[in-house]
Amino acid sequence: MMKKLNTEVKIGTLTLKNPVMPASGAFGVEMQDAIDFNQLGAILPKSITKYPQPGNAKPRVCETTAGMINSIGIQSKGIDYFLSTIIPSFDTFEPPLIASISADSIEEFVEMSTILGNNGSVSALELNISCPNLKGDGSAFGMDKSVTNKLISEVRQVTELPLIAKLTPNVTSIQEIAIAAEKGGADALNVANTLLAMAIDVDSKRPLIGNVMGGFSGPAVKPIIVRMIYQVAQVSSLPIIGCGGIMNGRDALEMIIAGASAVQVGTASFIHPTALTDILNEIETYLIEHDIDDINELVGSVIV
Amino acid sequence: MKQYKAPVLLNQQVSNRYWHMIVNTSMLDQSVEPGQFFQIRCADKYTPFLRRPLSVYRINEHTTEFLYLVKGKGTTEMTTIEQGDTIDLMGPLGNGFQIDSSMKTILLVARGVGVATLAAVAQAAYNKQIHCVAILSARTKEDLLAAEFLEGFGADVYKVTEEDGTSDVTNVQSIITNEIFGKYKIDCIYTCGSRRLSKLAQEMSTNYDIPGQIALEEHMGCAMGACFACVCDVMDGDVTKSVRVCIEGPVFPLRKVVIE
Repeated sequence: MMKKLNTEVKIGTLTLKNPVMPASGAFGVEMQDAIDFNQLGAILPKSITKYPQPGNAKPRVCETTAGMINSIGIQSKGIDYFLSTIIPSFDTFEPPLIASISADSIEEFVEMSTILGNNGSVSALELNISCPNLKGDGSAFGMDKSVTNKLISEVRQVTELPLIAKLTPNVTSIQEIAIAAEKGGADALNVANTLLAMAIDVDSKRPLIGNVMGGFSGPAVKPIIVRMIYQVAQVSSLPIIGCGGIMNGRDALEMIIAGASAVQVGTASFIHPTALTDILNEIETYLIEHDIDDINELVGSVIV
Repeated sequence: MKQYKAPVLLNQQVSNRYWHMIVNTSMLDQSVEPGQFFQIRCADKYTPFLRRPLSVYRINEHTTEFLYLVKGKGTTEMTTIEQGDTIDLMGPLGNGFQIDSSMKTILLVARGVGVATLAAVAQAAYNKQIHCVAILSARTKEDLLAAEFLEGFGADVYKVTEEDGTSDVTNVQSIITNEIFGKYKIDCIYTCGSRRLSKLAQEMSTNYDIPGQIALEEHMGCAMGACFACVCDVMDGDVTKSVRVCIEGPVFPLRKVVIE
């Protein structure tokens, strides 16, 4: 008889039935025609902001070699709309809902975390500390270890929900930031947000993104993310969620072997709308073929 | 947004810059409407990376046709697809044009590859016994590809080009107001492919109180409504509202769209 395959992973106190979930900004209720949301490890709607905001100038996306740059600007209808409309739109699905928060200041992160922490439908919070601190010098919260530590520890005071710190890769040492987030009380680390990038049309000499710079994603970034997961796993005992450039099951496995307990898939869904569930199936096939009963055996199993 | 591997029945160059593709879409479980589009995977490679939205050119019982402008990496890659290959497409996507059978005569104002989008309107109008008048604008006469196709559906076609020095907005305006409005009572204006001509069509729609519809083109990410890359502004009463071209469009009421 075949042994039961265990694909369950833990993110703090939250148990996911499998490690595959969408990345913020690349998932919406509209995608339910393409995939069965109930197969996902978690549901993660687009990042929310406190107030409605219009988003950035167009073009908001451009293509690059094996990837893309986006600068959407978190077009959002605000937290009230999220509570009244977005959360209920996922009510009928089983996987836990992780709310991704983007805010302009630590105070706003605290305020939004309090509100969302008191909402029974939210199972965890992902803090997008890669967004700019407008009350500070405008650089991302996650670029500074003491700001990161302060942000996470202040949010920690107001909610019991598992906290996932979504780190920015645009730093000199991601290890320092990971340690700061862990000390602040984070339950998991998302490695990582998009890489700051730029592309120019040489004919018009204009940037290909309306906002000039944007976040780079897609298969081209994957080796950088794998390296960062490996580095973070060296210094932190927190579960890591790998995010950046996963296109198939083997890419996801690479991040798991580097040290990730779970993965997020974003851009791949633009190319293949069934990417999330395809990746999950490919991971399961690998486990069976390699006679691995429990996916947790693979986490950080890289041999160096 | 279903994904299909559809057999390619024809993929051939029809002019210097344009190619024509016919795809077997008999596996679709829904009908295709003029103005709708498919997200095409130009090649099974990571570069070019993103899918390309292509509007439908002709809609047949078992096949769908695309007329595409070879412009960048994606469409260049598409030219290497051969008859007998399959193409990975998602669709049909978006909201198509409304073509009300009670209309008698409609005006199409198209520029460049927008001609392909409105050719599907001419085809549907013909089937509903609605007469089409079309202004087709292009750089060169050679690029006025669908003219004969439209004429085949009984459309009266006015061709304007840079080559002939006839494509400026003032001349197009004069054709519409002096020639077309003199001859026909237009029930609806359809436009696609040019910001300047769309503005003109919008003015005509407002000034002469004729309803209109516009199909917008935009860079897209997911084309499923998730990523908010392809937004545009529309007027909702006095308020400007940002909408997603992929799922709330690509066809919008002409007078509501804020043309940048």
